[in-house]
Amino acid sequence: MNRIKSLAGLKKLQSEVQSKIKLRENGDNPENLVQIKVSMATCGIASGAKDTMNFLIEELDHQGIDAIVTQTGCMGYCYAEPTIELTIPGKQPVVYGFVNKTKALEIIEKHIKLNEMVNGIIPVAYSTIDNH
Amino acid sequence: MKDLSLHILDIVQNSIRAKAKLIGIEINELPKENQLFITISDDGTGMSPEQLKSAIDPFYTSRITRKVGLGLSLFKQNAELTGGKFNIESKLGKGTKVTAVFGLNHLDRPVMGDLVGTLLILICTPSATDYVFKHQTPSGEFALDTREIKQTLENVPISHPEVRSFLKEMLQENLEQIQITE
Repeated sequence: MNRIKSLAGLKKLQSEVQSKIKLRENGDNPENLVQIKVSMATCGIASGAKDTMNFLIEELDHQGIDAIVTQTGCMGYCYAEPTIELTIPGKQPVVYGFVNKTKALEIIEKHIKLNEMVNGIIPVAYSTIDNH
Repeated sequence: MKDLSLHILDIVQNSIRAKAKLIGIEINELPKENQLFITISDDGTGMSPEQLKSAIDPFYTSRITRKVGLGLSLFKQNAELTGGKFNIESKLGKGTKVTAVFGLNHLDRPVMGDLVGTLLILICTPSATDYVFKHQTPSGEFALDTREIKQTLENVPISHPEVRSFLKEMLQENLEQIQITE
């Protein structure tokens, strides 16, 4: 029977992973990586931002794409949750609304891999009531 | 919110916004007393007595991106719907502690949901915030401290995919072992 994973097992994994990390040192610079921020406030969470974020992390890892997926607060687009902000290195950030798993996969396949924008972008010109 | 794990994820976001360095998440199941305690505490900026009074008001928020703040009030409502209690304590410069008590066997209690997924999102982010998670049931206790994990990992980031899948299995196995309620 397998023993339950514990910190001792983590130590073993640490030495394995560390030797791999040394092989690719350019991975440390976040500016060269695709960055995704998932809006994770009450509005986002209630609309399924957690599933979107876990899907993005797992799918990007599965496809071997180096990316940083982090969480952020409410961006003010509560009507369009879950929302994500995608930054391709060297490009302006783009905000997508209504990102469920299907949309997330489409964004990975088209925007991240082929650099073709897909439907569902919230224009930068859009402003919330507070900005008026 | 569909389940309790989403509530936890939501309330912890408040602690993150309050610039907390250490966030405690504690779940305690007491089937004999028919109670389920969820406590979230942090060492963030805390709230003034005036802010604390309005914190559970759904039309109060410290954000400027929108004008409602539903997180705490939804949590309170769900706890009270199951015959439970809700309490929030806070001191400026000291931090905040939110406690919700649910009726464990109450028909209206939301399910625990994907607790592992919630913890992974919180723990496996490259940030300076540390978490202490504790889950107690009559079958046992499971505790996890990210400071210990980060120490073990040395310079390997906690957000590394292999570390993440290791922690996922570790959480799943340990929570299964202490038979947490759904």
